[in-house]
Amino acid sequence: MLNQKDILETQAMIEKQHLDIRTITMGISLLDCCDPDLKTCCDKIYRKITRCAKDLVKVGNDIEAEFGIPIVNKRISVTPIALVAGSCETDSYVEIAKTLDAAAKTCGVNFIGGFSALVQKGATTGDWKLIRSIPAAMAATERVCASVNVGSTKAGINMDAVAEMGRIIKQTAEATKDDGCMGCAKLVVFANAVEDNPFMAGAFHGVGEPECVLNVGVSGPGVVHHALQKVKGQPFDVVAETIKKTAFQVTRMGQLVGVEASRRLGVPFGIVDLSLAPTPAVGDSVARILEEIGLEVCGTHGTTAALAMLNDAVKKGGVMASNHVGGLSGAFIPVSEDEGMIAAAERGTLVIDKLEAMTCVCSVGLDMIAVPGNTSAATISAIIADEAAIGMVNTKTTAVRIIPALGKDVGDRVELGGLLGSAPVMSVHSEGSEAFVARGGRIPAPLQSLKN
Amino acid sequence: MKAIVTVVGKDRVGIIASVCTKLAAYNVNVLDISQTVMQGYFTMMMAVEISQCNIPVAELAKQMEKAGQEMGLSIHVQREDIFQAMHRV
Repeated sequence: MLNQKDILETQAMIEKQHLDIRTITMGISLLDCCDPDLKTCCDKIYRKITRCAKDLVKVGNDIEAEFGIPIVNKRISVTPIALVAGSCETDSYVEIAKTLDAAAKTCGVNFIGGFSALVQKGATTGDWKLIRSIPAAMAATERVCASVNVGSTKAGINMDAVAEMGRIIKQTAEATKDDGCMGCAKLVVFANAVEDNPFMAGAFHGVGEPECVLNVGVSGPGVVHHALQKVKGQPFDVVAETIKKTAFQVTRMGQLVGVEASRRLGVPFGIVDLSLAPTPAVGDSVARILEEIGLEVCGTHGTTAALAMLNDAVKKGGVMASNHVGGLSGAFIPVSEDEGMIAAAERGTLVIDKLEAMTCVCSVGLDMIAVPGNTSAATISAIIADEAAIGMVNTKTTAVRIIPALGKDVGDRVELGGLLGSAPVMSVHSEGSEAFVARGGRIPAPLQSLKN
Repeated sequence: MKAIVTVVGKDRVGIIASVCTKLAAYNVNVLDISQTVMQGYFTMMMAVEISQCNIPVAELAKQMEKAGQEMGLSIHVQREDIFQAMHRV
């Protein structure tokens, strides 16, 4: 029999400490939707998504009510569209993005990911068409998320794609400038992108995945923060152990919900992403955890070490709680989506260079960062190249989701709304990187790639 | 299938009676009850059997929450699995 303390503890985590399942994401293969005729291809895509995911939102809501655990997002990821649309006789994939948007609306999900291309070693004609369709696609749709993988440990970094993505991000900001440059919040540039990531904006359904699968992303910065408040002043051994135990509990919840949802939907359960995903709500911040560990403000000296410990402890605690772990798995540091990060950035303590160092030791990368609107495409490309290099050399996923805030400068804020929060515009170095980016070509794969 | 019902609120006459009557109406069998009153606050936890419940579990949770609000109580009905998953290896 359960004891009262356990029951009350779980309820306090949910009600007071923002414990939730951040997302259940259904991955759907669209490889059987290829067709030379664009309209036929779109029809097949729409039919397949709305058939596979028709009960996703209802099942999510039912589980939420029965278990009393909030499931914040129900989402869909699909096969990278550059692969699906490669055979279409068309120059633009914007119509496909619109189809994805319509399917997402019909299913009632708030985001659909997979308007993606994987070009780490080189781009096909279809990949270039997709990349060049991104600005118009982001402007014409509401719920579609795009991602481009420009590098990997095995392949190196495709610097032609990096250069192009700098321009594409600027164009996307321009195309969605009436909407707070929102398009850029739905566009991620990856190195070592994973195939089973349930989190947006970078989710896509990889080619190694089954026909249809259900992945779960958990969250719980508030719970970790609360647990750490009880071990003030104690050594790091105790801090790490406390985080592990909490991460275990949070992940067990994700595993339970994932297995239950996949059973009801009749699709295989994929993975739990052992994540610590913040929201802009007070008490749901990763930055505040780092500050609880002993930093006056997130971003000061010691932040990287604290984050490294946090990230590792989350994985160690979570890994035993789930039978399959995958996705990005680690602590996220999206600036605009984390109340503590926003405060630290506005204070000037948290700067891009420090964030870059932090991405070496945690999940993903420079995420949801607003930079001045007049930042050049070459500078954005150079930021992407730096981040991709960290991913490539450290055999980890890194990403850049950056918003050139048109018409705004350091000290201003970009309001994105909802879970995307608001991003303080952060300064970038004014010295140029044009000649570096203009070289093009490919940065060779590092020695770590030669493992066979 | 079991669920845990938690009831928290200001103590007064008839809380257990009204909660149990409500559960009985949905054909939910009470298996175990533990309750305390801490500084005037009534806290009750019940283990209940919901396999024979005459409405879907999600609906039961909503109805009990609503009934709780009418009585000035916070009532949660949650599948037992969630607590087992979190607190038992």
